[in-house]
Amino acid sequence: MSQPYSLKLAAAAGPRATTLGLGLLLALLMLLPLGHWALPEGHALHVSAYTLTLTGKILCYAIVALAMDLVWGYTGLLSLGHGLFFALGGYGMGMYLMRQIGRDGNYQSDLPDFMVFLDWKTLPWFWQGSEHFAWALLVIVLVPGLLALVFGWLAFRSRIKGVYFSIMTQALTFAAMLLFFRNETGFGGNNGFTDFKRILGFGIAEPATRAVLFAATVLLLALALWGAFWLVHSKFGRILTAIRDAESRLMFCGYNPLYYKLAIWVLSAVLCALAGALYVPQVGIINPSEMSPGNSIEIAIWVALGGRGTLIGPVLGAAIVNGAKSWFTVAFPEYWLFFLGFLFIAATLLLPNGVLGLLRKKGDR
Amino acid sequence: MSAASTTQSQRENWEGEARGLAHPVDGKLDTRHGAILYLDDVTVSFDGFRALNKLTLDIGVGELRCIIGPNGAGKTTMMDVITGKTRPDSGSVFFGQTIDLTRHTEPEIAQLGIGRKFQKPTVFEAMSVHDNLALALAGNKSVWASLRSRLTGAQRDRIGELLATIRLTEQHQRQAGLLSHGQKQWLEIGMLLAQEPQLLLLDEPVAGMTDAETEKTAELLLTLKGKHSLMVVEHDMDFVGSIAQKVTVLAEGSVLAEGSLAQVQADERVIEVYLGR
Repeated sequence: MSQPYSLKLAAAAGPRATTLGLGLLLALLMLLPLGHWALPEGHALHVSAYTLTLTGKILCYAIVALAMDLVWGYTGLLSLGHGLFFALGGYGMGMYLMRQIGRDGNYQSDLPDFMVFLDWKTLPWFWQGSEHFAWALLVIVLVPGLLALVFGWLAFRSRIKGVYFSIMTQALTFAAMLLFFRNETGFGGNNGFTDFKRILGFGIAEPATRAVLFAATVLLLALALWGAFWLVHSKFGRILTAIRDAESRLMFCGYNPLYYKLAIWVLSAVLCALAGALYVPQVGIINPSEMSPGNSIEIAIWVALGGRGTLIGPVLGAAIVNGAKSWFTVAFPEYWLFFLGFLFIAATLLLPNGVLGLLRKKGDR
Repeated sequence: MSAASTTQSQRENWEGEARGLAHPVDGKLDTRHGAILYLDDVTVSFDGFRALNKLTLDIGVGELRCIIGPNGAGKTTMMDVITGKTRPDSGSVFFGQTIDLTRHTEPEIAQLGIGRKFQKPTVFEAMSVHDNLALALAGNKSVWASLRSRLTGAQRDRIGELLATIRLTEQHQRQAGLLSHGQKQWLEIGMLLAQEPQLLLLDEPVAGMTDAETEKTAELLLTLKGKHSLMVVEHDMDFVGSIAQKVTVLAEGSVLAEGSLAQVQADERVIEVYLGR
């Protein structure tokens, strides 16, 4: 099912080799969950849970990078708070997963463990309905979407731009992190949510569940890439680059940039949230550190390294940085941040158009 | 219909002293009194500095008006006020008889029919010449419309016409950022025309152009006169002399003199301001 879809995607996007290669890559990725679920452990081609989870995690990050690129690379709005939308989507899913634990928690209570620990007797009002998957989906889309809408409306209406906008987004995610760190806020404090047991009644560590979650992530990435491709090649997309390059010219052409910025900003936030919602059941934990300013800055690094204003670049950037990270943090755990900083500086100085720009230059020769 | 459909005889009527003619250019815009733009007693202060000081000025329908004046005379501030970028502290700015421009935002004013060219040529550099013009075309400019937008045959023809007018037909697929300075100036003028504005504000349209380009620009502006009303801010006196019938001299935020170029150049106060005597 997935393979024809990816090929169709490549065909729709044009005959170019890169697009076809991307379609093939996505189709190949679909073999990973198959190798995990269908082949027994010990089989030569068996894909371990570790590999599948790590790849799934990186794919979630790739979706975030794509979302970031739409607002930064195409529209020129550098957000240093995109981790917040990712985390909110993750928390939305996490609430549902906590309710799915049922009485299998340490305290055998109907309430999630952390509430028992805090001596709460009833569910807070904002946890009502969280046992329903459909409600969780609504929360995952609407909460980050509405937050982005309100924040974006205030910022863009006041014409806050450039570094001031970046600082505000950074402050927003930092404030949210401090809020979520508090136990009284009702989201498990600094431990967040973990020890999930089930999703939709299926065991969360079952190979089949993992395989489906992974496949859903590949599908979301494919859809996001296709949607973004369509969007940036529409008139809407050209208006976004016009905002980036000469916003006042655009205004004097009769366009109100406010609504265009708001549209792409909210879309990007919701895409991040969906990625976060797929991330949490695969990784098995969500806590406020996902909202830390460093995480959001890292997202910007993926995009800068991969190539701003290209669609495949940020996906590549997310894969390269996180691939390197998973190896580096095992081999030289103390030096990862130095290496990340070095990568960013090197990308800025040597690769103004990112890795993709380098590949394209090579291709032109 | 827009002013573009007016007849040759009407256009000739407008040349010279156009006031008093009862020709509304557009159904929406009430220009019965012959003027398309009125500034009355407009004052703008920045931190106590009066950029505009009780400025009163009006532009006739189909008129080509040149504005000259030393640096800091308030020329660009005046354009900012007309296009909604700056709100006046006091005074009124009317487009036609009925539209109060101080109540509208920049995009609204552009949609009402006022186009503006910046002092520094500003085009969308990452896009092709063709796409720059396509983006500027008149039409629905909402987000929703932009998602479903396809160029119609009439719009393609219009872009073709514009490309010919601004002499960029052969470069239409070229990235706008790669054009020469003068070509960028023309592209920006083309984008203004694509909006089908009734009033064009041009801030130093020939700055940085070669003599040949300047001459062609003068020709272009003269063909626009009548179909559109134009307000041109320029320092190049030869250029002003080649296009202007009426010149307004601004100094210290208000009108110092008004008349033909020869008249204002003979004016003692103008000489004093320009030569610093």
